[in-house]
Formats: sequence, C-alpha cells, structure tokens
Amino acid sequence: MNASFRISGAGRLNQAKTASFSFDGKSYLGTEGDTLASALLANGVHLVGRSFKYHRPRGFLSAGAEEPNALVQIVRDDARKTPNVRATVQELYDGLTANSQNRWPSLAFDVGAVNDIASPMFSAGFYYKTFMWPKSAWLNFYEPKIRSAAGLGVSPDRPDPDHYAARYAHCDVLVLGGGAAGIAAALAAAETGVRVILADEQAEFGGSLRFESGAKIEGENGFDWAQAAIAKLKALDNVRVLSRTTAFGYYAQNFVGLVERVSDHLKSPGRELARERLWQVRAKRVVLATGAIERHMVFANNDRPGIMLASAARAYLNHYGVAVGRNVGIYTANDSAYAAAIDLRKAGVNIAAIVDLRDNPSGPVIDEARGLGIEINFGRAVVSAGGKLRVSSMTVQPKNGGGERTIAVDAILMSAGWTPSVHLFSQSRGKVAFNEETRRFVPGAYAQDCMSVGACNGTDGLDATIDEAYAAGAQAARDAGGKDSSGKMGQGARPKVDGSESWSRGMLGAAPGAGPGTTVKAFVDFQNDVTAKDIRQAVHEGMHSIEHVKRFTTNGMATDQGKTSNMHGLAIAAETLGKPIPQVGLTTFRAPYTPVTFGSIVGHARGALFDPTRRTATHGWAAAQGAVFEDVGQWKRAWYFPKAGEDMHAAVNRECVTVRKAAGLFDASTLGKIEVVGPDAAKFMELLYTNPWEKLEPGRCRYGIMLREDGFIYDDGVVGRLAPDRFHVTTTTGGAPRVMHHMEDYLQTEFPHLNVWLTSITEQWAVIAVQGPSARKIIEPLVEGIDMSDEALPHMSVREGKICGVPTRLFRMSFTGERGFEVNVPADYGEAVWEALWAEGQKHGATAYGTETMHVLRAEKGYIIVGQDTDGTVTPNDAGLDWAVGKKKTDFVGIRGMMRADLVAKSRKQLVGLKTKDPKVVLEEGAQIVEDPKQSIPMKMIGHVTSSYWSENCGRSIALALVAGGRDRMGQTLYVPMPNGTIEVEVTGMVFVDEKGERLNG
Amino acid sequence: MLLIRCPYCEEERPELEFRNAGEAHIARPTNIAAESDDDFEKFFFIRSNPKGVIYERWRHIHGCARFFNAVRDTVTDKFVMTYKAGEPKPAKLPGASK
Repeated sequence: MNASFRISGAGRLNQAKTASFSFDGKSYLGTEGDTLASALLANGVHLVGRSFKYHRPRGFLSAGAEEPNALVQIVRDDARKTPNVRATVQELYDGLTANSQNRWPSLAFDVGAVNDIASPMFSAGFYYKTFMWPKSAWLNFYEPKIRSAAGLGVSPDRPDPDHYAARYAHCDVLVLGGGAAGIAAALAAAETGVRVILADEQAEFGGSLRFESGAKIEGENGFDWAQAAIAKLKALDNVRVLSRTTAFGYYAQNFVGLVERVSDHLKSPGRELARERLWQVRAKRVVLATGAIERHMVFANNDRPGIMLASAARAYLNHYGVAVGRNVGIYTANDSAYAAAIDLRKAGVNIAAIVDLRDNPSGPVIDEARGLGIEINFGRAVVSAGGKLRVSSMTVQPKNGGGERTIAVDAILMSAGWTPSVHLFSQSRGKVAFNEETRRFVPGAYAQDCMSVGACNGTDGLDATIDEAYAAGAQAARDAGGKDSSGKMGQGARPKVDGSESWSRGMLGAAPGAGPGTTVKAFVDFQNDVTAKDIRQAVHEGMHSIEHVKRFTTNGMATDQGKTSNMHGLAIAAETLGKPIPQVGLTTFRAPYTPVTFGSIVGHARGALFDPTRRTATHGWAAAQGAVFEDVGQWKRAWYFPKAGEDMHAAVNRECVTVRKAAGLFDASTLGKIEVVGPDAAKFMELLYTNPWEKLEPGRCRYGIMLREDGFIYDDGVVGRLAPDRFHVTTTTGGAPRVMHHMEDYLQTEFPHLNVWLTSITEQWAVIAVQGPSARKIIEPLVEGIDMSDEALPHMSVREGKICGVPTRLFRMSFTGERGFEVNVPADYGEAVWEALWAEGQKHGATAYGTETMHVLRAEKGYIIVGQDTDGTVTPNDAGLDWAVGKKKTDFVGIRGMMRADLVAKSRKQLVGLKTKDPKVVLEEGAQIVEDPKQSIPMKMIGHVTSSYWSENCGRSIALALVAGGRDRMGQTLYVPMPNGTIEVEVTGMVFVDEKGERLNG
Repeated sequence: MLLIRCPYCEEERPELEFRNAGEAHIARPTNIAAESDDDFEKFFFIRSNPKGVIYERWRHIHGCARFFNAVRDTVTDKFVMTYKAGEPKPAKLPGASK
C-alpha cells in the first residue's frame, strides 16, 4: 500500500475499503468513493498530463467539473477507450485503468515539450501567421503535422458498444445544483406537493458543503445535513432526485437538457445498464443553484503540478482524507484560502507560508491562521514557482517590487476569488450584470421563468443563501401552481444555519510579476495554454472586442470553456484596452456546460434504428430470390435480381430484354398514393394539376403534372378516376409526403370552400406492375369481375374487381411502353397475390425486375422521372409535356408562374435524347455538354446529361439531357468533355424504342 | 425546444410536431392568371423579414394536421399567440401596450 498522503481519520471515506487501479501501467491503491484524482493524490501523484500546445507537465487544478488540466483516457477494453475524461470527475472503481494523454514517449519525458522552449514561435494567433506560405504547404504539410502533434487524446477506433438511454420528463420546479442552495429550494418546493426534480453533477449532494468544514446546518455538519435532506426528498413521491446528472443546456421555454452518468463509475456495468441517460426536462419553473467556481492566481509558472485551487485542496482533505502535500504554500487575494491553510494545518500538514496580496486584511480566519502559528505575509506576491514535474518552491516578493525570497514547498494553494456560475442563466438568454463593488458578473435581466439562488446569484454566506433559496423554492412552487392546502406554504421548516463560511472579493487579471511588460508564462487558460502575455499581445495586435481576443488567443475555447479563465482573460484585456470591464463585455456562454458524449445525444437512434426502414409486401420474397436492394428514401427497393453468375450489368440486360420479349413483374408499391374524395374532387384536381379532369370519365386514367406556383414541375403520376367523386392519385416515391402536404395546404388555406377529403393510401395498397406482351395472359386467369379485353379495358383505364379472391384496383397503364397493368391489392395480400402472379408468369417466361431495369425501360421510351430529369427549374414545356397542360383552363397552381418571361424564353434548356457517336460509350449522368470542345476553359456549358444507360434492347447506349434550345438542335453534334477525352454525341428525340407506341397494345 | 399551442387541438405541443409554412395573410389572387408581373412578384416572391413580430403559417403536421396562423417574435423566438386559418390578423396582441 502506497497511499502515503491519505490521512488516517480524515475525510468521509471508509479507508478500509480499498480499490486498486492503474495509471500509465503502474498499479496503485485507492479508496472506495475516491475520484481518480483523489486516489492519485493519495499516492502522491500530481503529474497527470501534458498541456495542449507547449506540452508542459500538468497536475490537478481543481476537484470538480471545471478541471482544465487533468484529462486522461479511461480504458475498459479495446472499444471503450474514452479520451479527455476529467480525473477530478471520474469516480474510482476497482480495476480502473487510466492513461495520460498528449505525451510521447512518456509523461515524464515528452519530446513535444520542445514546443515550450520554442514557445516564442507559438504565441497568440500563431496559426494565422506562421503557416501562411507557401499556400500549398498548408494542405500537404502544415495541417497534417499540426494535427498529429496537437489535439487532446486519441479517439477510440471501434464502434461504441455501449447503449444510451433517453427520458422525457415534466415537472413544476426543476432545481439545478444540489448544494446548500439547491437542497433548500427543493425542500421548500417539495413541501407544497408540486412535482420537483433536483439534479446535481456530483455523485453525492452537498456542493461546496463537501469541503466547507465550518458549515453547520440544523446542528449538523453541513455535508451530513445535506445527506439527510436528500434522503428526506428521495422519500417523497413528488420529488425526483438525480445525482451524477449535469444540466448541460438551457433551451427555450424552460426546456433543459441533462445527462445522467449511469454506469461510468461501476466496475463492471451489465449490458442492461445504459452508459448514460439523456433527460429532456420541461419545467414550469427553474431554480438555478449552480454555485461558484474558484479562480486561480495568474503568476509565472502557475501551472506546475502541485499548484491548485485552495478549495480543491480542502475537498481532497475534508472529503477524501487526502493531503495534497506535506509542506504547502498558500497564495491568495481573498479569505477563502485561509480556511484551506487552517484545515490542512489542523490535519498535521505544514503550511510553509501564506502569501496574501492584500495589504492589511483582517477577519476571523486570518486570526485563526495566525493563532495556529502559520506565517502570514501581507502585501506580497508569489512571482514565480520553481520545479518542473512538480512544484518545489515559490518565490515571494513585495507586490510593488523589492527583495525576493524563495520558500521551499511541495504544493501551492491559490485563490483569486470566486466566479458565480452563470452559465445556465446565460444560456437561458438572461443578461448578466457586472457588480462594481464585488467585481463579478451576476444574473441581471431574466428571459425565462427561472430564478438564481446562492453563490451563482452572487449571494454570500450560508445563512443568506439558505434564506434566499428557501424563499425561491416556495415562490417557484407557487408560480407553478402549487396548491397551498396547508396555508403554510413557505412557512415550513426552513433549515437553520448554525455555522457559516463567507467570503467574496479577490482579484481579477494578472498578479504582480506577470503584469504589462512581462514575458513570463503566467497561465490564464491552462487547457489551451493561453498566458497573460498572449492576451495583451492580442489587444496590441488590434483585437479590441473580447470575442476577437477570445478567438485570436483561444482563451476559454477549450473543452472546459474557460470556467476558470474567462474572468482573468477579460480583466487583462480590459486593463490593456484601458476600459472598464463591463464595457469590454463577457463572451457568450453556450451549451454544453461540460462535454457531452455523442452517444447520449444520439441515444438509440443509430445503426438500424437511425431512420425507419420501409419494406414492401414482397420484400421477403425478393430477398429469398437473391435480389439486391437499393435505398430510395426510407424504402428498400429491389434493384435487380441476379441469377447465378450474373453481375448487375448482365442481370439488368436480361431483365430488360425479357420484359419486352415476354413479361416482367415489378413491385411498384412505393409509389405515393393519395385518394381524393368528395363532391368537389374534380374541381380540386383541376386546381392542383395542369391537366383537365372534369371530363375524365370514371374508369379512365390520365398522366398528371403538378406544378408549384412558380410554374416548375413539382411531381407527376398517373391518376385514375374511380367514380365521379373519387380519384386514385399516384405520386413519385420520394414526393409522396410533400405532395400530400402541398395538397392539404391548398385545400385548407386557399380552397377551403371545396368539399374534398384527402387520404394517404400509400401503405394501404401493394402495387404489382405486370408489363410486357404476355402481361394480360398472366393476370387474366386470376381476375374476377373485370373484362380484360382491349375494348373493355383499354390503355389508361382502371377497374375495380377481384384478383385471387381479394379486392383490386386494376390499372391498365405502362411505364415501360409495353402492354402493362398495375395490380393494386390491399397490402396484407401483396405477397400472396405476387406469388400467384409469379406462378402464372413462369408459364410465360416472365422475369422479376428491379428499379434499375424499370429506369432503363422508361428511358428507352423517354418517360421522365421527376427529380432526375427535372430539378425544380423545369417547366412542362421544357420537358416536352405541353400536351399535358389544359389549354382552356383559367386556373391551376402554377398557371401564372408558367407565364413569366423567363419561363417561356426560347433559349431555355429542353429535354432531348442523346446518342453517343460510339454506341458502346455510356455517358455519365450529370456530365456537362458543350457546343465547341476546342474553346478555352472555362467552357460555356449548354446543358447536362440527366439519364444515361446501356440499352440492351437498342444494342447501344441511350441518354436524356437538358440542352439549351435542345428541340431546335435535332441531329446536331454536341460534345461532352470528360477527364479521359471528349465524347461526341448527337441530339435526338427522347423515344428510343417503338416511337409510334404500338407496343402498348402489342 | 419551443412549445406551440395548436388552436385546433387547444393545447401546447412540442415544436417537433409542427412545421413552419411561411408567412401568413398572403392570399392567392382569385384570378391569378390575370395578375401583372409586379403583382405576381409581390404575391409569390416578396416576403417580410422583420426584426420583431412576424405572422406565420404553421402546420400541426404530426398532430391534427391542420394549418393555422401564429404570431412569433423573431428576436426572442417566443410565440405571442396562435389562431385558426382564415381568421383575421389580430388587431391587438396579448401583452401589447397599445
């Protein structure tokens, strides 16, 4: 056992319960209830990491979430290697394995530390200045080199095997922060019976009561009172108590995001436990009790391991029973560090000296320290710390200059004062206000229904804090509609304070010895290696806004978001600018308060659950046939059906030829389907589509085009009129939801006088396309009640009847140019009907075909696909579809847009066919087209290829293209310049197979 | 996440259930084909972009599916009020001093 800095009898942990762990391969013993930080400190380990830029040795600054330095990698297994974990937050478990980051080959000897010697090169803004030339070197040399040298930690290279839970919750009063203030507020709110949630980021509630040995409430030590109060709250039905839960974001209308660390503290969390749980809480009232964070002193080499915040040393001692050194120096500008000196002295640790910047402070803690025989030096500054891997001395000087004296120490505890944690308040869009007297930003104007209490509100002293918090808790409950049945709301047991610690003030900015004109490394932001000198330099180089200073120096931009550094940085900038602090302003606080894993935000929405998968009724059948699927939106569609030995090309060629020679079956279920029903259904269709509908007879179909008001094609599809008041509308697969939205919009808001109902029926009907010369022979034996003759059921007609004994809407229509049918059956019967049709099809040599063959066959006929051959800037005329626009119509959506001068210009791009001069060459879709391939670059592009395929039926390649003035260019040779040479093409019509359309009845 | 009151469902529901549908109180001309270029431009292309109160259309798309109108403050993002489609622009907004 090597925990030589653990003080027997000190702290609250049961020191008999040990837990072993390793750091950088070396084994140590800690105590149950430790954080990784307290366990390492108990073993005398201060050096835990190397800094980001200068690779300087670093130790622990804090004992909490504000930690900038002690970032480690926690390794559970090959996939679980979490980088940048704050050792001050990570709870110890038996077997924990941690490694330091940012060092090579070892923590004590790190090659990257040459950056520290070469630091003049790396001063503020160095990224912007140093690597500017030659330009090409940035991409090939500087950036990769910088990236490999910089960065924090190494991300795991395997998928995250953990799972993350999510909960929504509603409450009347949400209390954020579980210190004295938060607990008092929760007690007051809870006794009114309203729903309360109390959350705190630590494993145990109590906040600063964890280290404030002088706090006494209800006659008990403050921390013990807190545990009793939490037990009482947990026993109430109307209260939810969440520990290890950080409120990271405060959003609109009291919507707060919290993340609960469920199992990172457990030795072997079972699979049934999530790693983290995201809470999305909507609260009627929020009480912010987020406390305050101590600031460090800004002096030369203030980053040496062993130099830490005074309150952190108290937490390590009073809670964990760990002394952070044996011979400790104190450097302070306010009273609170005296309490650390006193606690340590009483625990038997030598206090080398207290160095206090103030001239003649007085007060009980100072008297007590003096009474304990501790050397106190007023009006003096620590101008430098000695030692490298661990602080070894502090050099003290009168603050206005004079003789230096070096005092040997193994730790320095510092306190420049306390910064109220206004992060969440600021995120709620509240405005902070600067208090000139106490020199701190506190909540000013509120933007949401919340209140701040205690240290985050600038309230000093435990008594005043509990007073304020208890009243606020009761007020919040009242405002949230809490019932005052007892008539004693807020009159309950306000906790009585019997002992209190209180301090405020302190200093902001660089301490003497690190002021203007000095070049020492006095760190303001430890994580991003920003010094006082860097901030002054930024101002001198012209950064006069605090937002610019922040970005130029990166002060406050590390993962700790400047929790300890922002106020110092601001004060130094203000001093350099010669302006008062409020005029320079505070940078914006943004979510998240502390880093949040992607896992907790994503939750279960990843992998197969990232997005819903839609499968058609025949999916299982197609998969069993060996179909290859493609994603079309959320749908899985059969792409092609390869037989043994076939590649995609061979399969598609065979499918294409078979459909035109015999027949093919195709699952068209994904097409959007909308039923338009009502006495005014035809009138509605007239307004929403370019075509005329009033005179379309029931039982007939028409190809419809839908425009937006701007006159461009929005969607298309075949529409069947089932009855005078009933249309079966089909849309493109991807367009179904937006077409429904578009129709509803007009029906509800522009044409509400029309008596029409719209119903999405996409999921209700499975659609089996049977296409090809043998199509009728395949369907006929299975159909009842429909005359399938060409006279009774001509092309573009629809009948209702039965197929295989189930209801069908049987469309005679074709997207292949062959005799074709689309058999609609209720989706539940889709697979059975498909199998019956397939069995019939086998007798006639039919093939199943997928979306690729569907695309080739339709392109051979020049049928367009909206979204492929059109792009939202194509009019019906551009697409050669003028015939589908009702010439006598006086109104439809898009009628006016179509008349705009630019939309009727002759030079518009028009859809045409292209044939390559070499029939074997297949153009690339999206390829640009030019008139003269010899012109200089950049060439004038006159259009592009929209669809291009190998057509086995034509024995050559075919393509569709949008070409400026295309219809006047028939027979012209144009050029498609490609990286491997220019391709010659001839402009043709859009129909490559059966130009007369005879095969529709073939 | 914002809470939006659907005037048809008569309750506040989370923003995720809704979709914005552009500016409100822009009526489609009854004889649109006869509109001049200028008038069509005003109707179709020109939208206000105020700093402050804006009148918008929203749709409770994952709820009752109705379109309705909303008054929102573009600075605070707060919904001032919502009302049914077809109802006139409110003469007085709640909380307004005049």
